[in-house]
Amino acid sequence: MLGAVACLVLVLIAGMVIFVFAKAWPSFAHNGLAWFGSGGDVDLQFEDIYNSPANPDEYVYELRAWPLLWGTFLITAGAVAIGLTFALFAAIFIVEFAPAQVNRILEPVVRLLAAVPSVVYGLIGILVLVPFVADHLLSQERKESVNYVVQLDGSGLMVGILILTVMITPIMVAIVVDALRAVPRSWIEGASALGANRWRVMWTIAVRTARPAIVAAAVLATARALGEAIMLSMVAGSASFAPNPLDGLTFFFEPTRPLASALVENVEGLTVVPLGQTLYAFAAILLVTSMALSLGGWAAKQPMRKYGVRP
Amino acid sequence: MSAAATAIATSPRDSVENWPLLDRVGYYAAWTAGVALIVVAATIVIYLAIKGAQYFDLGMFTESPTADIDQSKSGGFKDPLLGTILLTVMATAIAAPIGVAIAVWLTEYGRPAWLARAVESGIEVVAGTPSIVLAIFGLLVFQQQALGFLSFEAEGNAVFGRSFIAAATMMSLIALPLVVGGTREALHAIPGHVREASYALGKTKAATIRRVLLPAARPGIGTGTALGMGRVAGDTAIVIVLLGATLQIQRGSDGLFGLFRGTGSTMTSYVFFNSPAGEGNAPEKAYLAAFVLLIVVMILNFAITRIARGRQVSWSR
Amino acid sequence: MEPVAPPTLDERDVILTPPPPVRRILVDREPNVVPPGPGRPNGAAPSTPSTLTATRRPDASPGPKIERMRADDVSIAYGDKEAVSDVTVPVRQGEVLALIGPSGCGKTTLLRSFNRLVEITPTASRTGVISLDGEDVDSMEVTALRRRVSMVFQQPNPFPMSVFDNVAYALREQGSRRPGKEELIDPVADALERAGLWDEVGDTLDHPALRLSGGQQQRLCIARALAARPEVLLLDEPCSALDPRSTQVIEELILRLRDEVAVVIVTHNMQQALRIADHVGFMYLGELVEYGPADQVFGAPREIRTREYVGGAFG
Repeated sequence: MLGAVACLVLVLIAGMVIFVFAKAWPSFAHNGLAWFGSGGDVDLQFEDIYNSPANPDEYVYELRAWPLLWGTFLITAGAVAIGLTFALFAAIFIVEFAPAQVNRILEPVVRLLAAVPSVVYGLIGILVLVPFVADHLLSQERKESVNYVVQLDGSGLMVGILILTVMITPIMVAIVVDALRAVPRSWIEGASALGANRWRVMWTIAVRTARPAIVAAAVLATARALGEAIMLSMVAGSASFAPNPLDGLTFFFEPTRPLASALVENVEGLTVVPLGQTLYAFAAILLVTSMALSLGGWAAKQPMRKYGVRP
Repeated sequence: MSAAATAIATSPRDSVENWPLLDRVGYYAAWTAGVALIVVAATIVIYLAIKGAQYFDLGMFTESPTADIDQSKSGGFKDPLLGTILLTVMATAIAAPIGVAIAVWLTEYGRPAWLARAVESGIEVVAGTPSIVLAIFGLLVFQQQALGFLSFEAEGNAVFGRSFIAAATMMSLIALPLVVGGTREALHAIPGHVREASYALGKTKAATIRRVLLPAARPGIGTGTALGMGRVAGDTAIVIVLLGATLQIQRGSDGLFGLFRGTGSTMTSYVFFNSPAGEGNAPEKAYLAAFVLLIVVMILNFAITRIARGRQVSWSR
Repeated sequence: MEPVAPPTLDERDVILTPPPPVRRILVDREPNVVPPGPGRPNGAAPSTPSTLTATRRPDASPGPKIERMRADDVSIAYGDKEAVSDVTVPVRQGEVLALIGPSGCGKTTLLRSFNRLVEITPTASRTGVISLDGEDVDSMEVTALRRRVSMVFQQPNPFPMSVFDNVAYALREQGSRRPGKEELIDPVADALERAGLWDEVGDTLDHPALRLSGGQQQRLCIARALAARPEVLLLDEPCSALDPRSTQVIEELILRLRDEVAVVIVTHNMQQALRIADHVGFMYLGELVEYGPADQVFGAPREIRTREYVGGAFG
């Protein structure tokens, strides 16, 4: 009987995949591979889909989702890259260099940062950081230079990556700390006895041994970053724009809208059939990527089992 | 050679000044990262505390929000607060028994092995699924005709699909992996000889689990459940999609079940709604609500550390 | 009966009282050692193969030995519990010093204080002076000390890297400039040669070290410890986890090394101490009960406790 309950999980996942894809199919079918391409303003395309006539034969499905995909990639990759570096050094600090009193503060701090609701991060972002960027970091010339294409109002790539980094770093810190502590003591002692200083011992022995866990931490953080809808919809930008690296520094201030945020912002329109199906298409992509990442992270942690780190 | 009798208590560790440049860079980078984490956390907590104190108003806790788009006039967050509590309790009530059952199956039974591994990775997949995807899927499920009794049925046979029970069911999926994880860890920590002793006394496996193992695993189950509650209380996406976005709690019919069928809001959707991203007219209320949310989360965290610390049961006598 | 005070350094070479005729199991020259195995480890130039089995060990080269390290009135405590009390002992180049005693007597703790490894334990504290070539080890950088005083542990602990990387570790991580691989080949080969491992792994230096057998891993650890040319080599029961064959190989290796480095070996195996030690320190409950040349400690011990331990009354 217990086994049946356990299998419910698998039934649920199978159901999710099947039903979401079933609902999403028409959007993919109508656009073909161009769904992933670029062309036109995504926000305008949303409007057209929302306003499509009631006749099922005349539903509008046209979508070129590239700006959303590119925005998702930029924000996620940026936050994970910065966060992973940060988390690695913070973990080394916790395991080796922090005095005991500092650790007594630091470990609850990490847990607290991981537990803060995303809407609270979003609130601080939108009420403090966005105005700060708009007033102090964005010059009038810069705003005017891109005025014809997009409005720079402070919310954009930079604030999005910054807050997302703060959100995902604590998760990675916890995983890496566990892995570093699980490195066999005999190696640490042996390396110290050979005259390596504490940093060298950490870097050449402990970090090297904990590599699988570092990979797993990055993968799990990526999954979390991909799924962040609320906070990013508050701070990452008010337009579905694909930031252009060739714009120089302006690149960091350009607004963007990751997939999950686009979903959340259009969710009232779910009752309109073609818009609903488009949103399910977004959900389908998010579902598939997060499944792949979760399974990848789980697999990456398996090698650490022999050191007693529970995956 | 004079025998100096000076006590050298834990001689000083090797001095960083003599390290090669790259090593020193790494050392200071580690210190910076650690201190930065503390500074960021302190900033968030202090800033919210200041703003929360600035806008503190006891009336907020007792008044319902006015049924008005423009929130800046009057009204508190009593309903959203009740909504958070109700939703958290319901979601935990669903997640806890199912999570413990799954964890028990994984640790104590777990045959065939491929199925156990599949369920394990399945739990990981659920843990990694974005809550917005769970919300959309939930809508899909609860808008089916057969489940119409769980929410409003509007005219023309369209099922509304949004209610407390709909939201709580999907929220339980967020808490589920955490309960499973906490229970599994606790069960793993119980050494084999305890189980053997119970079997040797003639107890069946089921009785052993019920009478010996689960009580011993209670701290771990508590930790997992508290972690799950924290995540549920902090989630916004599912609330926005599945709770119907009515500022005040609206019952669907009479009695307790009517409450479950009804719609409402939570502190998280209240904060979102009152920020510039929502209707945006009452940032003060958003700040106070955010501060209250933060306090709730900190209390839950503190409870978790307390439960976890009480977990130092020594198994060898 | 009054306990006899431990002799001071000047009287070390003079036996004060004639030994009572207690069981002198270890005095006679009968081979109480492991007979040599079928084949010799290839490449290792055997110093004196035949004499090893017949007698205790080849005598150390004559002449005054330079004192390399010295512990003076060293006491070490973990929290309140005292592990080593008031030990004074010299370590000389050209000879092997064996620390023997029952489990828990403090010999490993004393050994680990020589390279300040005791500091890693947070509750440890030490009084007394340990000096390396006259210099107080506490005044040195601990990493500089450990370059000159190397240690081999009880359980072989090769790092999860290739054989080459293991031996080169000390050379790479001790300086600011990372030497290139070409620079390292010679010292690595030399260290492996001195450890008697070159012929077995010379072709497969890039293979993971964890794939070697137990005895090979321990010899690898010895090579790793020798790579940076230390002045003192500390061995903490290096053969206790190994089979007799590997034990013999390592014992021969230690004898070969003793002219270049000062060797201190902790062992609970008295036969091993008999086989390879020149000076022996017997420790019991943290005290250095007796110290002297191996012949004297085993053949004509002065202390009752030494006599009883050596005679097998306890252990």
